[in-house]
Amino acid sequence: MIIKQLTVFLENKSGRLSEVTRVLGENGINISALSIADTSEYGLLRLIVSDGAKATELLKKNGFSVNLTDVICLNVKHEPGTLHDAIKTLSDAGIDIEYMYAYAVGDNAAVIMKVSDAKEAIYILTQNNIDLLKSHEIK
Amino acid sequence: MIWNEHYECMPRESLKKLQDERLKKTVERVYYNVEFYRRKMQALGLEPGDINGIDDIHKLPFTTKDDLRDNYPFGLFATPLENVTRLHASSGTTGKPTIVGYTRHDIEIFSEVVARSLSAAGIGKNDILQNAYGYGLFTGGLGIHYGAEKLGVTVVPISAGNTKKQVQFLQDFGTTAMSLTPSYALYLAETLEEMDIDPKSLNLKVGIFGAEPWTENMRKEIEKRLDIKAIDIYGLSEIIGPGVSIECMEQNGLHIFEDHFFPETINPKTLEPTAKGEEGELVFTTLTKEALPLIRYRTRDLTTLNYEACACGRTTVRMKKCTGRSDDMLIIRGVNVFPSQVESVLLELGETSPHYMLIVDRINNLDTLEVLVEVDEKIFSDEIRHLETLTKKISYTLESTLNISVKVKLVEPQTIARSEGKAKRVIDNRKFKEEQ
Repeated sequence: MIIKQLTVFLENKSGRLSEVTRVLGENGINISALSIADTSEYGLLRLIVSDGAKATELLKKNGFSVNLTDVICLNVKHEPGTLHDAIKTLSDAGIDIEYMYAYAVGDNAAVIMKVSDAKEAIYILTQNNIDLLKSHEIK
Repeated sequence: MIWNEHYECMPRESLKKLQDERLKKTVERVYYNVEFYRRKMQALGLEPGDINGIDDIHKLPFTTKDDLRDNYPFGLFATPLENVTRLHASSGTTGKPTIVGYTRHDIEIFSEVVARSLSAAGIGKNDILQNAYGYGLFTGGLGIHYGAEKLGVTVVPISAGNTKKQVQFLQDFGTTAMSLTPSYALYLAETLEEMDIDPKSLNLKVGIFGAEPWTENMRKEIEKRLDIKAIDIYGLSEIIGPGVSIECMEQNGLHIFEDHFFPETINPKTLEPTAKGEEGELVFTTLTKEALPLIRYRTRDLTTLNYEACACGRTTVRMKKCTGRSDDMLIIRGVNVFPSQVESVLLELGETSPHYMLIVDRINNLDTLEVLVEVDEKIFSDEIRHLETLTKKISYTLESTLNISVKVKLVEPQTIARSEGKAKRVIDNRKFKEEQ
């Protein structure tokens, strides 16, 4: 249930993001989800890809700073209140959310989260019948 | 190992007598052969006979890099070109390069002091020296080369750059010693790490480093990452090239080869000699050179001279490792900043790579200092707050060291140019320099 997320350090200058997508695209790596956190100086590109280890290696070879982080991915119904239930469950269990990003397709929504304790979060969420996705299920 | 015990361990009274004699000859030489010096001495009412030895040296005029530039290319030569067997040029930061010439005898002296230097670093005829100083107009390459040959070392004239081949020869030849710039050494260490080569698997035991200022911290870093002893060599082409002074294995100051180069330290503002043990600008008078003898040449390097006896047995004066050049110094909002201070801070924090760049600018009439630091694997985090904490920590430490506000900017790895020669650490975008 733990998903490996790639984080890539990007300087704020043109062409850096396209360099990442080029490297991944040319090497047959599919991007399932991504978000960019930006500051005035740089951005952090967070990605879930089809082959995290290979992508990390390729990006490092191309001069990027990359790290792999454990995240979880919640699968909730695309309906009002479902995200609140999930977040409240974590909050009640004393688990902090460092950051998150989400997308909704059809009847469901996927919510990717970096939490203070991934294993504990998985346990609590499963106990509360909140569905979690495995890496290959993120499409 | 001491290559030339007679001169390197000479009792100081005998050394003084030798210097007295040699100075008198040099003064005669420049007075009768170099118009520039004759005029300067005449303007001061001096004749060669007024200089009876080292005690009179303060009467003589100074020489600066500008004097060399103004007399470009051969104006300060004390011998006709037919006696000059080699020319070198130093990388001038502005305008014309500085041209230096050597007679056959000068090359002999150059080789002698380099042989002494390599010896002091523990290098001998059983060693293989990979000379990664640039061959060509720069004095480093050929200078080290000739000295190494004189000593009987197996010298590999690989020159600067070509890092993959450097590594290949380190492995295949079992190279035991290298001569290179400190920044290139760090680049080499990085390459070894990338290639997954453990420096302990190499035979390399010592490195001779010079041509750019480097800090004690950088030394530690090089010694650790290359698993070698890092020895500081000092020199400048105007005086001869590398080999003006060298550290012995005590690594406690650089022995100046005083039988050839007479050192003084002066206050760069008042030009008065500094008190014993006090830091000052290093000034050299060559005592044996024929083609380009220089009188009281101002090096702009700041150091302290130490006349105490050294445990190694040499009696020669030791100069402290240069902390900076008086002309390398930046004045930012009226505060003196040495790039080496920034380097020290970064290495002391130990969280970033030692590659950095200072960008000085003037925005709305206010000087700004931005320090670019590479984000390498060690410090990279997926959380912005961690990166922000690090940035703040670096700027806070820099600010408290430099006493000016510093903006730290994180940049991608490998984006700060690696130099295979002298590292460029500063970009000064302020215009006032040209306007002066």
